[in-house]
Amino acid sequence: MANYILEMHNITKTFPGVKALDNVNFKVEEGEIHFLVGENGAGKSTLMKVLSGIYPTGDYTGQIKLKGEVVDFRKISDSENAGLAIINQELALVPEMTVFENIYLAHEIKKRNIINWNQTIHMADKQLKRVKLNVNPGNKVKDLNIGQQQLVEIAKALSKNVQILILDEPTAALNENDSENLLNLLVELKKEGVTCIMISHKLKEVTAIADSVTVLRDGLTISTLRKNEINEIKIIKDMVGRSIDNIFPERKPQVEDEIVLETKNLNAYNFAVSKQVVKNASIKLKKGEVVGLAGLMGAGRSELALSIFGNPKNYDMDGDVFVHGKKVHFNHPSQALKAGIAYVSEDRKNEGLILKQDVKQNISLTNLKLLAKNGVIDKNKEIVYAEKYRKEINIKTPSIEQTVENLSGGNQQKVSISKGLFANPDILILDEPTRGIDVGAKYEIYTLINQLIDHGMSIIMISSELPELLAMSDRLYVVAEGKITGELSKADATQENVMKLATV
Amino acid sequence: MKQFFSNLWIKFKKSIRNYPKYMKRFFKDLFVLFRNNIRDYGMYIALITIFIFFIITTGGLFITPRNIFNLIQQTGYIAVMSVGMTLIIVIRHIDLSVGSIAGFIGAILAVLIVTYDMNAIIAIPIVLLIGITAGLLTGYLVAKIGIPAFVASLGGMFAYRGLIFNSLQNTGTLGVNNPIINAIGQETIPAIANVFGLHLLSVIIGVIAVLLFIYSEFRTRKEKSKYDFEVLPTDLFIAKLVFISITILTITFLLASYRGFSWVLVIVLVVVAIYHFMTNMTVLGRHIYAVGGNPEAAELSGISVKKITYFVFGSMGFLSALGGIMYLARLGSATFTAGEGLELQVIAGAFVGGTSAAGGVGKVTGSVIGALVMASLINGMQMMSLGTNYQAIVSGVVLVAAVIFDVKTRNMKKVQA
Repeated sequence: MANYILEMHNITKTFPGVKALDNVNFKVEEGEIHFLVGENGAGKSTLMKVLSGIYPTGDYTGQIKLKGEVVDFRKISDSENAGLAIINQELALVPEMTVFENIYLAHEIKKRNIINWNQTIHMADKQLKRVKLNVNPGNKVKDLNIGQQQLVEIAKALSKNVQILILDEPTAALNENDSENLLNLLVELKKEGVTCIMISHKLKEVTAIADSVTVLRDGLTISTLRKNEINEIKIIKDMVGRSIDNIFPERKPQVEDEIVLETKNLNAYNFAVSKQVVKNASIKLKKGEVVGLAGLMGAGRSELALSIFGNPKNYDMDGDVFVHGKKVHFNHPSQALKAGIAYVSEDRKNEGLILKQDVKQNISLTNLKLLAKNGVIDKNKEIVYAEKYRKEINIKTPSIEQTVENLSGGNQQKVSISKGLFANPDILILDEPTRGIDVGAKYEIYTLINQLIDHGMSIIMISSELPELLAMSDRLYVVAEGKITGELSKADATQENVMKLATV
Repeated sequence: MKQFFSNLWIKFKKSIRNYPKYMKRFFKDLFVLFRNNIRDYGMYIALITIFIFFIITTGGLFITPRNIFNLIQQTGYIAVMSVGMTLIIVIRHIDLSVGSIAGFIGAILAVLIVTYDMNAIIAIPIVLLIGITAGLLTGYLVAKIGIPAFVASLGGMFAYRGLIFNSLQNTGTLGVNNPIINAIGQETIPAIANVFGLHLLSVIIGVIAVLLFIYSEFRTRKEKSKYDFEVLPTDLFIAKLVFISITILTITFLLASYRGFSWVLVIVLVVVAIYHFMTNMTVLGRHIYAVGGNPEAAELSGISVKKITYFVFGSMGFLSALGGIMYLARLGSATFTAGEGLELQVIAGAFVGGTSAAGGVGKVTGSVIGALVMASLINGMQMMSLGTNYQAIVSGVVLVAAVIFDVKTRNMKKVQA
């Protein structure tokens, strides 16, 4: 019999109106890396919240056993004391504090309530070495990149003598390099005896390092696969309940010779971080083309896109932008929108949507003039348009009067894209359009991209998921440290070629 | 014909039999309606409760036409400024300078009219422009220079207070005896005629308001059902129409039986009507709420956050000036302390009225009701002869309680009927 460090038996958790978890069974062996996968809303995060005590005993039914003993967590500190640590997508670090302050926050090394800073720094340094993070513990967390911050979080968990480490989509915001480092680290920690539960949408990671995989769908445990049974096709089939034969839908090439957008020697300097974020960038976009912008996180892809899209972050800029052959100078996104360029942000919650407003108000925001006469909005027209997008883009919502914060990630993304399309652009910039959304919704987004191209649109697509970018782009540019380091045709665009150019 | 009546009779008998069941459903619907809209209705329920409480404790003195008239006069300038403050808070800022600006505008207006002998018709637009300029200046500091509105307007609060002293240093407290200013302060609109002792024009306005209200409710309902959106059950809808119509008519007849509608009431109604329309129906209004809900998303949607910030502070300056004129008119003289602490009453009105400090949420009508709630409390307690100490304590508790209510009901899930 396997040696289970954690057993969750018949966990049922209901929210008003929905059964989020329905008799879920989840068992983790000691010292393994166990992945928890499933579409958005399948119940993964809820299950982890039950485990970590965010939902206290009594809030759900079922039993949790840790090393064979029934446990009863009423708050997070209970589960932490038992050796569990959960690292959420939204990192729980204080940006203005130093790395060592963060690592020992809330469990300070102290004597009679006086903190021993030297000891703290020394110990923090040790933990940083364990996670192979080569930074000065005295640096402020806000000066680290996301990958490094992630490692600080793990160091913090390790400093609490964690036995089970739970990571909720840790690589969602990381580039390929940092992701790989993180996965390697988890394998290292496994050797030290740390058990790891990881939620991820990236099946490549699962096949790479998982010892076991549990698939959840609609609050039910669908399957648990052991090492030798793990394969991508099987996991996808269990996740979506049907097999998806083709992850990327086919598109007939529609590229024409007409150049719709061109930048020449574009430079952008960001004063806020004293850094040149775009260096001498010259790109071209043809009619009917999907041009991919590949590169590592923070390479300057979004910054390049924003420089084209009216410079909303007020970079200091020079260089030329041509739209349909005409030189333009946008001072504000409104001018770019008017010229037929729309931008869909990578961060739909903070930059894309107004979460408190409903679906129709979000969609119509980019082009209210279309609905208005003398500045007065025709609300009937607004409803008609919103219904049109709901049907065409397949936004799953009970009503267009639903507030956007109540929609799932995939549907929020569809609203965010609809909002861009409502401005009636012929050039669309999609920044990480599939980040954090499930397999089914991703497929719908790809299909939508193809439809838009068929309707004569031209698209710039930014994505950190290379397979997706390679499959969807007709051509791509690689960006590294603000510079265009290469241009690859579809034939030349392989993962290796891109990574070589991205890491110069 | 006979058939028709017999059918009707059968229907009537049936409805009598079903009456208890019907009433049960009606009250259940009513309960669900309140439960799902508690944030919107809470303020009105609070106001009604306060009214009933004071009517009982003052032996009916609270609801006399004379007191209602006074209550409106007392609330007017605060209500007008609360409307502007709502938008300021909606776009996640605050304006502490409004009290000093109101006082400053009053002082300038008094100086222009008394010292420079200027016609009020000319002087009033001038000071309104000065108000807008003052608002835009705060807007400039916030939007362009990028300092927190709290600090920018705190600076304004001190500086304009100083300017009041400058304006009045030669004259001291300056009494204004001008027909237009007096009218704004105390007079009512012309009656045209008195019918059965009622102020005719007020009655006409009240009745027109009710008709407009009923018409617009029917129109909204028709449009909503056109798109299969949820509408109130017919009986509840009619009950709502009747209730609100009766409320408007009661207030109208109360006031008409005394002196009629005051200019203060008219100004408040016009300001609320314009701002209500602007926030709900126009592109500008939608942009303001978008900026409040998520400035980054608004900017990327092609909305200039800067322009909206300028507009909202400019509008606040305008309404501060309007409030200042009403304040001067009510007092009849410009004083050194005019408008002192007024900014906090205005902010309290907006918060009590359900405006959220997190941004993006708040109604101008709510803030006016909020200002009325606060003023009613003071007025009622004065009638009960409770001291200012109790008045202050109760005001503070009510302010905090209102915001607690707001926070607690924010994430309440809707229930199905």
